[in-house]
Parts: sequence; C-alpha cells; structure tokens
Amino acid sequence: MMGRAMRYASARWLVVYAVAYMIFLYAPVILLPLFAFNDGTVVAFPLTGFTTKWFGLLWSTEALHGAVRNSAFVAVSTALISTVLGACAARSASKYRFPGQRGVMGFIMLPLVLPEIIVAVALLVMLIQLGMSLSLWTVIAGHVLICTPFSIAILSSAFAGLEDSLEEASFDLGETRWGTFRRVTLPLIMPGVISSLLITFTISLDEFIIAFFLTGTDVTLPVYIWSQLRFPSKLPSVMALGTILLVLSVALLMVAEVFRRRAVRRQGMDGGSTQGLI
Amino acid sequence: MTQDSAAPIIEIKGVTKNFGAVTALKGVDAVIHEGEFFSLLGPSGCGKTTLLRLIAGFEQVSGGTIAIGGKPMKDIPANQRPTNMVFQSYAIFPHLNVAENVGYGLKRKKLGREETAREVEQALDMVDLAGYGQRKAHELSGGQRQRVALARALVMRPKVILLDEPLSALDKKLRDQMQHELRRLQKSLGITFILVTHDQEEALIMSDRIAVIFDGAIAQLATPEDLYRRPATRRVASFIGVMNFLDATATGGNGAPYHLDIPALGKVEIAADQAPAGLDAACITSVGVRPEMFTITGDDTGPFEREVEGRVAGTDYYGDMTYYSVALPGAAAPVTISMRNTAGRAVAREGSTVTVGWGAESIVLLE
Repeated sequence: MMGRAMRYASARWLVVYAVAYMIFLYAPVILLPLFAFNDGTVVAFPLTGFTTKWFGLLWSTEALHGAVRNSAFVAVSTALISTVLGACAARSASKYRFPGQRGVMGFIMLPLVLPEIIVAVALLVMLIQLGMSLSLWTVIAGHVLICTPFSIAILSSAFAGLEDSLEEASFDLGETRWGTFRRVTLPLIMPGVISSLLITFTISLDEFIIAFFLTGTDVTLPVYIWSQLRFPSKLPSVMALGTILLVLSVALLMVAEVFRRRAVRRQGMDGGSTQGLI
Repeated sequence: MTQDSAAPIIEIKGVTKNFGAVTALKGVDAVIHEGEFFSLLGPSGCGKTTLLRLIAGFEQVSGGTIAIGGKPMKDIPANQRPTNMVFQSYAIFPHLNVAENVGYGLKRKKLGREETAREVEQALDMVDLAGYGQRKAHELSGGQRQRVALARALVMRPKVILLDEPLSALDKKLRDQMQHELRRLQKSLGITFILVTHDQEEALIMSDRIAVIFDGAIAQLATPEDLYRRPATRRVASFIGVMNFLDATATGGNGAPYHLDIPALGKVEIAADQAPAGLDAACITSVGVRPEMFTITGDDTGPFEREVEGRVAGTDYYGDMTYYSVALPGAAAPVTISMRNTAGRAVAREGSTVTVGWGAESIVLLE
C-alpha cells in the first residue's frame, strides 16, 4: 500500500490535477459559509464584515420552520418506506429465482436512470387523472419511487453477504421465521439498512424537481429555498441556511459512518459488503 | 455392531425428491436406529445431502414418508422437529459470541437466565470449549467453530443430530482428531448421529452403519466391515477402498458352494455364505480381491492355501506400506497388492518374479 501511494505521489501532474479537481469541487461550497457570515445584503466581493444576523433571521422566519418540518416529515417517511420496500425487493432478488426476474428487477431499477422531470410530469398527470389532491403524501410517493432503487442497490449487497445457512440454522434451532428475521437477518443487514435510510433520507431532503411538481400548499425545504431566490434581499439568509444544511449533512454522514464501522466490527463481518456506499 | 434390538428412530419409506425436472432421490428406504451412528456416503451430487435436508425439514419430500420417533414428519417444519443440524459451513452467527451462539435455541425454551448459562457451559464443556463463552465468533479457528456448531446442536437435546460434511473444511490432522472425538461423544451421549460424507475412510471409522448412495438410490446399507468385505456391487466395491477385479466364470450357487474359474488365479470353491444373498452364478463375470488379501510371500510368511507366480511391474512406497503392481499370467491388467513394510522385509524390486499367496477367503463375489 505504502509503495503504491508513494509511486502515485511522485507523479507530480497527478497531484496538480487532484488539487485542481478539489478546488473545482469545493470552492463553490466554501462560498456558502463565506457569504453567510458576510455583513452585506449583496452577495459579492469584497466582503464587508462579520455578522451572524442572517442566522438570526432564519430563526425568526416562520415559513422556513414550516418547510423544515415538511422536509423532515417527507424525508423520514421516504427513507422508511423505500428502505422497507427495498429490503423486500433485495431479499427476493437474492434468495429466489423466478421467471422474468431480470426483467422485473430492471423495471424496478429504472427510475435510477429516468430523468426526474419525466418522472415528475408523469406522476403529476397521473395524480390529476386520478383526481387526487397534491400534498406532502404525493411528494413522498414520488420520492419513494426514485429512492427505492438506491435502497435495493445498497441492501442487495447486504443480503448477498448473508449466508443462507445462518437463517436455516436459526430455524433449525427452533426459532420462528419472524424470530429468525429479528435475531439473525436484521442484525446482520443492519449496516446496509442504516446506509439505505441515510442515503434515501438525503436524496429526499434535497430533491427539488419532484417536490416542486407534486407539492401542494406545504412546500419542502428545497422548494422554499428556490422561492426565496427570487428576492435578492433574501440571498444572504439562503446562504446561511445552506451552511447549516452543509454542516448538518457532513455531521450526519460522519456519525453514520462511525456507527457503520462499529456495527461491522461488532459483527466481525467483512466490511467490504457495505463499504463505500456511505 | 448392528443394533437389531434398538428401536427405530427414523423410518424412511419410498422417499423421492424432485427439483423441477431433476430427480435427486428415487425411492429411498432405510431404518435408522436409536443411538446409532449412521452415515450417508456417496460421491458429490448423489443425493445424500438432499436426504439429510429432508430429514431436517428444510426440504419437503416429493413422495414417500419420513417418520421420526414414530411420528410422520409431513407438514412439520424444521423448527418443530426433534433434529438439529451441524452445517458444513458451521453457520456460526457472526454477531453473537460463543455463549450466545450455543444458547440461541434455548431462548425459545424459556429457561431462566441461570439455567441457560449452566446448559451452555455444560455443552461447551462437552466439546472441550469450557471458558470460551465470551469469545467472538471471528476469533475462533475452524476446529473451534465446528465445536461451537456441535455444542449449539447438543444443547437442544435433540433425538437426532444431523451432520452435513462437518469435517470437510478441516485439515487432515484436525479431521482425524475430530473423527474420534465425534465418535466418542456420540457413544457417551447415546444420541443418534446421521453423518453425510463423501470420505469413505471417515464413514468406515465413525459409523455403526453406512448407506452408500449412488444416483439418488441406496446402493448398499451395511456395517463398515460388511461394506468393505462384501460390497454388493462392483461400483460399491471400487468406491470403498481399492479393489482388484479379475475376470471369472462360475457355476453352482443357489445355496450350494460356488465353483469359480478365475483365469488369473485358477479354479476355486467359495462357500455360499461368502456371497451376497441370492447371487446367481450365471451373473458372475468377475470377482474382486482387496490389495491386502494378496500376500507377496517371503521368509516371514507361512504357507498359503493357494499360490501363484507373478512379475513385479511397479512399486509405490508409502513408508509403512508398499503398493505393488504385479502382472499375473492370465490377468488382463496387473493387480495391486499392498504389503506392510515389517522389520526384515525387503521391498521386492521392479521386474523381479514373486510368489503371490491367496485363499478362497480373499475372493469377493460380485454381481
């Protein structure tokens, strides 16, 4: 490993490339906190001074609190529903063989590559045809549709690492099917479940197009942010909001990763089956 | 060794099993007795593991019946059968420690905390793992995992323990040790063990009785000694140990002695009770002779009932044994003869002429 790392490091142009790439990737993100703490209503250089008033402003904006609550509700519901659905699909795909299986799985995974705007418009047309009113639940339905494939992909690898004989052994030792799931299957796929919950939560939280099309009077956070961008005076507080979201997601990912590693260590399993998904 | 007096614990009648168009078992009948060490022996894909899984309840029979302890097992799932399995992969729960693994099945039995701990410790003691309770699953060696799997089954006090090639993943030395330990444990506990194996030697060492399975059917069910000495078919004979086949014709039989004409050895009379029951003399086209049933005569051997001259075509030296390939006049191929390299016995050289001793009892009659 050491030798390999050193050989790569000695390739100078690769270092330059890597640094340039990092700047391209993260420079815009750095701008967020920069302007969030900038004491000026115009988002432009030069910076005019340090302030935390934009954060204070967020605290007192009622509409924002509603959007946060809505987004949290949508994201948590989406994460739970798509992870349960994903677990069922991943389980059947890894354990059973049935005619047309590849076709069925292909269809389930399709939303992964479909343009979201197509999915959003199609759902909107269908919901209107069915005469259903738009609400947070229709947003959740749309988000479940696009999140389930991610959940399946993550949980498939968790189930693939699960040896059949473990469940058989549990059943053989007198445990019921439900008890086997609770005492053997679930603990062993737990890292995958956590990954799935986290990723689907994150996707739902920042998803805009479907939420924009399918939401009723209750808006989610991205839709709220978009609506605020029309007012230049609101821009600094949007930056502050973005900063909070940034810190929150990084913190969330770190906590989840720590948790995942601990789970893997406790189970004495090969971490490879779920590594790299978070 | 057969336990005619013992009560039957498992009765298998006309069991068939199909997986789609594939027939895994085609009509298996067997009675396994209480306290018996019973082996299902056969090459891979013969259906032996399928039969074990049918007994365990992981698969359902396509036809026929399996009864355990006199009770038909139709529609009784694996978690309600009085059997416990030791899996080929051991299936140790990786998220539980040794004690939790062994006590896994006791949780449903609603024993108290202390009683569970006592049972677990007792089971671990039985498999020589006392004090290993707090070890993590991934800290165990292959042999220890196997012991944990065994303790986990033993602690349930099943009527029958099913072992699916439990020793195949161990190295030879550990395997030899575990074979004897398993046998000793089975004898001292008096629980019925059913072992699936493809290793002939393992089956011979451990079993009270062995069912040899070929192509989804039992080819022979007998004690290890009978199986070795009186294999029912040519295929069983060559599967268990080494067997020389010599062309032969026969007359007599049907209760009377068989008169054999073996071109390679000469004419010989074989007692009727040395043949499989009801063997028709007209069906005999060859006879079998085990390598150790021939003797290359020397100073240390007495006179033999019958002797024949042969030429040493090759030798394989194994240290304690030498396997000779000896060409006999009248035999299509050289025969294999094994001799112990006892003190003072010289290894006969290739190309030398030797005298081969044999007797009527050396001959195995086959269909």
